[in-house]
Amino acid sequence: MFNSLSEKLESAFKNLRGEARINDLNVANTVKDIRRALIDADVNFKIAKEFTDKVKEKAVGEKVINAISPGQLMVKIVKDELTELMGGTEAQFNITGNPAIILIAGLQGSGKTTFTGKLAHYLKTKKGKSPLLVAADIYRPAAIDQLTVLAEQVGVDIYSERENKDAVAIAQNAIKEAKAKNKNVIIIDTAGRLAIDEAMMTEVANIKQAVNPAEILFVVDSMTGQDAVNTAKAFNDRLDFSGVVLTKLDGDTRGGAALSIKYTVNKPIKFVSSGEKMDTLDVFYPERMAQRILGM
Amino acid sequence: AGKSTVDEEVLDNLEEALVSADVGIETTVQIIERIEKRVKQDKYVNTAELNNLLQQEIEAILVDAPEQNYKDFDIPEGKKPYVILVVGVNGVGKTTTIGKLAHNYKKAGKQVILGAADTFRAAAVDQLTIWSERVGVSIVKQAMGSDPSAVAYDTVQSAIAKNADVAIIDTAGRLHNKAHLMDELSKIRRVIQKLIPQAPHEVMLVLDGSTGQNAVEQAKQFTATTDVSAISITKLDGTAKGGVVLAIANQFKIPVKYIGVGEKIDDLIIFDKHEFVDSLFKLG
Ligand SMILES: Nc1nc2c(ncn2[C@@H]2O[C@H](COP(=O)(O)OP(=O)(O)OP(=O)(O)O)[C@@H](O)[C@H]2O)c(=O)[nH]1
Ligand SMILES: Nc1nc2c(ncn2[C@@H]2O[C@H](COP(=O)(O)OP(=O)(O)OP(=O)(O)O)[C@@H](O)[C@H]2O)c(=O)[nH]1
Ligand SMILES: [K+]
Ligand SMILES: [Mg+2]
Ligand SMILES: [Mg+2]
Repeated sequence: MFNSLSEKLESAFKNLRGEARINDLNVANTVKDIRRALIDADVNFKIAKEFTDKVKEKAVGEKVINAISPGQLMVKIVKDELTELMGGTEAQFNITGNPAIILIAGLQGSGKTTFTGKLAHYLKTKKGKSPLLVAADIYRPAAIDQLTVLAEQVGVDIYSERENKDAVAIAQNAIKEAKAKNKNVIIIDTAGRLAIDEAMMTEVANIKQAVNPAEILFVVDSMTGQDAVNTAKAFNDRLDFSGVVLTKLDGDTRGGAALSIKYTVNKPIKFVSSGEKMDTLDVFYPERMAQRILGM
Repeated sequence: AGKSTVDEEVLDNLEEALVSADVGIETTVQIIERIEKRVKQDKYVNTAELNNLLQQEIEAILVDAPEQNYKDFDIPEGKKPYVILVVGVNGVGKTTTIGKLAHNYKKAGKQVILGAADTFRAAAVDQLTIWSERVGVSIVKQAMGSDPSAVAYDTVQSAIAKNADVAIIDTAGRLHNKAHLMDELSKIRRVIQKLIPQAPHEVMLVLDGSTGQNAVEQAKQFTATTDVSAISITKLDGTAKGGVVLAIANQFKIPVKYIGVGEKIDDLIIFDKHEFVDSLFKLG
C-alpha cells in the first residue's frame, strides 16, 4: 500500500539534497511522512502527533540534514525512540504467592482463552509450575469446553462449575481447589467484555478484589485500530493491570496499537502471541515491534 | 459549532475525526480533498452545510448491496438452498453472526441449516451447536479435526435433501497471510460447487469493528480467494467506529450488509449508510 518508510524518507532527503538550503521546514515535511506512516500502522492519531513532534526536536538537534545518509539517520532516530518508548524497564513476570494468581481480561475475541492455554504451557514447561486453569467465562457459548480442550492439550487441570452463574465465586472456589490439589499457579480466564459495559467491568473488578492477583494481564488483538487507546485506558482505570499481551502477531498487521497502549497506560507488554498452537508464545522485544510498526 | 465558514481548522478537525474512526489516511485525504473542492465551488459554506456535504460524500463511497430482499431475509428467486459461506480472521465474530443470521432467517419463516466447518478451533463445533439449539435450527457436523470441505459438502447436500431454504457454513478463523489456510477456503468452494454450481451464493466476510487498517488487507486477500460478496462488521456496540470499511468500500466495492451490536441473538442490524456515517462523527 505504501513504500516502506525508510525508502520513502531516503527519497525525500534525496530530493532535498539538490536544494540550496536545507532547513527546518524540510525536516517538518519528513516528519509529516513519518506521522502518516505511524497512522497507517494504526498508531493513535494524537499519539502519532506528539511522538513525531518529539522526534522532530531530536532530528533538528542531531543535525540530521547534514548527515551523510539523512533518511537512514532519521529512521534510526524514530526507531530508537519507538523502541525506548515501548521497552523501558525490564518487565518481570510475577508468580509469587501460593498459588500465584493470574487474571486475564480483555475485549471479546482478543485471544484470552487461547493465551490462557499458552501461558499454562509456558509456566509448566519453562518454569516448572503446576498450573490450574479457571473457567470464569460464564457467558460465551462453549467457553468452558474451549478451555477444557486447551487444558487437555497442554496437560494441565481445569476448574469449572457449569451451573454456577457467579464468576467471582468460581474464582474464589478455584483457589481452594488449587490449595487442595497443590497447584501453585492459577490462571483465570474471563469473558470478553466491552470497556463501556458497566456491569461486566464491575464483574471483573470484583474478581480482582476477591482474589488479589499477582498479575493482571490485558489481552489485546494486535490488529486493533484507533480505539485501542480508549479500551486500554478504560480497562486500566478499572483494573490497574500489570501487563499487556499482544495477540495474533502471526498476521501482517503493523501493530501500532502496541505503541498507543504503552504510551497511554505505561504498562509493559509482557507477552506476544503468534499462532493458534499452544507453544506460540514469546516474550516481547521492543526493537522488533518498533521495526514492525515502521514496516522495516 | 461556533464556526460559520469552513477553514483550515474545520478541515483539520474533520481529518482527526475520520482518522480516529479508522478511516485511514488515504481515504481521509481523498474525502477532504473532495470537500475542499466543493467548498471552493460553492464559495461560502457554513458548518451545517458542511455536515451535509460530508454525509453525501462519504455515503457516495459506500457501495449499495445488490437488489435483493436481504432486508426481509428473503432468498432470491431460484436460489434454494441459498448457500452462505462465512469467512474471516480469528475471533472477529463469525460464529456469533451466523447464530444471529439464522435467527433472522428463521423469524422470516425460512428453514435454515448450519454447517460446522470449523473443525479446528477448540470447541468450535460445540459453540455452533449451542447457537443452533438457541435458534432452533438443525446443524450438520462431524468430529473435530475432520475435513472442513467434507462438512461443507454434507451441509449443502443435507440442505438439498431437506428442501431447506438457507444453508450457512461456519469456517475456522484464519489469518489472510496464511496461504495454506486460504487454500482450504478455495477447496470448500470447489466442493460445494459439485452440488450447486452457483454456490456459495453469498460469501460473507466478517470484520471486527475494532480492527484498524489491517482490515483492508483482510478484505483484499479474502476477496482474492473467495470472491467476497458482502461484509458484516461486528462489535459496533463498543467505542470503535469501524471506519475502515470506508477504505474497503472505496477500494473493493463490496457492500456492507449487517452490523453486529452485541452478543445476543437479536444483536444484528441491517447496515444503514446514513446512520453509519452519522456515527463516525459521534463522540465517545
Ligand atoms: N493466528 C492466531 N490466532 C489466535 C491467536 N490467539 C488467539 N487466536 C485465535 O483467535 C480466536 C479467538 O481466540 P480466543 O482465545 O477464543 O479469544 P477470547 O478473547 O477468549 O474470546 P472471548 O472469550 O470470546 O472474548 C480463536 O480462533 C483463536 O484460535 C494468535 O496469536 N494467532
Ligand atoms: N460486543 C460484541 N461482541 C461480539 C459481537 N459479535 C461477536 N462477539 C463476541 O466476540 C467473541 C468472538 O466471537 P465468535 O463468534 O466466536 O468469533 P469467530 O470469528 O467465530 O471466532 P473464531 O471462530 O475463533 O475465529 C465472542 O465472545 C462473541 O460473543 C458483537 O457484535 N458485539
Ligand atoms: K478482535
Ligand atoms: Mg474466551
Ligand atoms: Mg467461530
